[in-house]
Amino acid sequence: MVTAGIDVGAKNVKIIIQDNGKVLGKGQVTAGFDTASDIKEALDAGLAEAGVTREQVETIYATGAGRKEVKDADDSYTEVGADAAGAIYLFPSARTVIDVGAEEGRAIKVDEKGKVVDFAINERCAAGAGAFTEAMARALELPLTELGPLSLTSTRAVPMNAQCAVFAESEVVSLIHQKTPKRDIARAVHDAMASRITSMARRVGVEPEVCLIGGVAKNPGFIDSLKRDLEMEILIPEDPEFVSALGAALLAAGIAN
Amino acid sequence: MAEDTSSKEYWRWTESNWHDPDIDWKAGDIISAGVDVGSVSSQAVIMVDGKLFAYSNMRTGSDSPKSAQDAMDWALEGTELTQDNIEYVVGTGYGRVNVPFSKRAITEIACHGRGANYMYGPTIKTVLDMGGQDCKAIRVDEKGKVVSFLMNDKCAAGTGRGMEVFADLLGVHITKAGEMSLQVEEEPPMVSSTCVVFAKSEASALLREGWPKEKVLAAYCLAMAHRVVGLLERLGIEEDFAITGGIAKNIGIVSRIEKELGIKALKPSIDTQIAGALGGALFANALAKKERKKGK
Repeated sequence: MVTAGIDVGAKNVKIIIQDNGKVLGKGQVTAGFDTASDIKEALDAGLAEAGVTREQVETIYATGAGRKEVKDADDSYTEVGADAAGAIYLFPSARTVIDVGAEEGRAIKVDEKGKVVDFAINERCAAGAGAFTEAMARALELPLTELGPLSLTSTRAVPMNAQCAVFAESEVVSLIHQKTPKRDIARAVHDAMASRITSMARRVGVEPEVCLIGGVAKNPGFIDSLKRDLEMEILIPEDPEFVSALGAALLAAGIAN
Repeated sequence: MAEDTSSKEYWRWTESNWHDPDIDWKAGDIISAGVDVGSVSSQAVIMVDGKLFAYSNMRTGSDSPKSAQDAMDWALEGTELTQDNIEYVVGTGYGRVNVPFSKRAITEIACHGRGANYMYGPTIKTVLDMGGQDCKAIRVDEKGKVVSFLMNDKCAAGTGRGMEVFADLLGVHITKAGEMSLQVEEEPPMVSSTCVVFAKSEASALLREGWPKEKVLAAYCLAMAHRVVGLLERLGIEEDFAITGGIAKNIGIVSRIEKELGIKALKPSIDTQIAGALGGALFANALAKKERKKGK
């Protein structure tokens, strides 16, 4: 059964088209002013990659902060439900799912059946979301994609006092003035963010194995800091930003529950 | 001082120095000073026998000891007084340990309480200090001694930095933002995001929807007021009430705090940004007396 999952996030719209648990195609569009047209564009891209027509897609489930905007959807799921469904499908051994998106962070605890037991969300503070690394990359005058690899070359842990993204920006600027190497500042940024995420995850209890999803899971610097902070290995899927959309698509097919 | 509003530095507020020409410091006994090195601004206050004689109010640079010295030098300017004439200096503020010429460092909470007592008199019970990077709600007794306090220094929401971010976003000079926010026919709903980063995105979306700058500013001033009222309510508020710090100069926020609390803030007669340094100078005066007594 061919189904689609659409994840309307704060920054990106992501879509997965699947058939019996096999991903046929995916699409991603940066969210702009017109959400409806972004959704259509992402859907069209997904359909084209999958080589199926809209009519062949039997069911569409939506998720994400803007899930109500998906007029075509047959049903919608919370981000927590979609996250857990997608992550557990990919890594059945995972018991803790951490999703770090552009403007939100979530930690979800699941049982051996993949059922959500508990979760914690930060949606109020940029310091625990991708927006934090974005702001810091701007302060460092680096492209966001370079921030992670650069921090891996750091040899020194520099403490960062500010928790707030706005204050951290000033702190980064003063660290630059003090001639702190950018690689060490980059690591400090990821360490600070990892510590925020870890304390959120500890609220639900961190049980191995841990799976990290969301766009920030593509940042190797953050992954490194989070591993150090949690003192354990972390499972990371190939396309971490699509896991929620995958979860929605699987739920639409009745493959996940 | 002429203001250049065509400047692109919308966050730039007016620096100033002042001294009282009617006070003859040579006739005074104890000359004391307080230097408040904050994260955004630094002030030096000089007192003659516990009376305000001179002050300066300027931006903090990247080097705290230098900022302390600059503030002191600017306060001394035109007074014929030199630093050697000052018997006791107290350092306060976020950078208080970096005031090299101070004899003692005292927390900004204690200094703000004491300073507010001088500024507003013994009836003052609750002080809200809205600084560049923090916000403090302080309860004081009739002598300006701190009874209890609550502080937010972790989050930019409800601090001067939040307003700076909005001034930059809207291209409105920070000293004009408060008045401008009152130029709305009716109050809009407040900006719903607490986080300044998210509030900025929210405001951008409102501007795209066609909201005028005045309305966006009103929505943000309401959010800032709401945020600090939360802090005050947790502390418990008792009149008389006053606001100190840079934001006390922003009528858009002050009036909305008053409205939400249903309480008027006392009108300041002295620059609200010098409250901390003023408290420091008062402590310095008392400490100088104590030192003399010991010396005898």
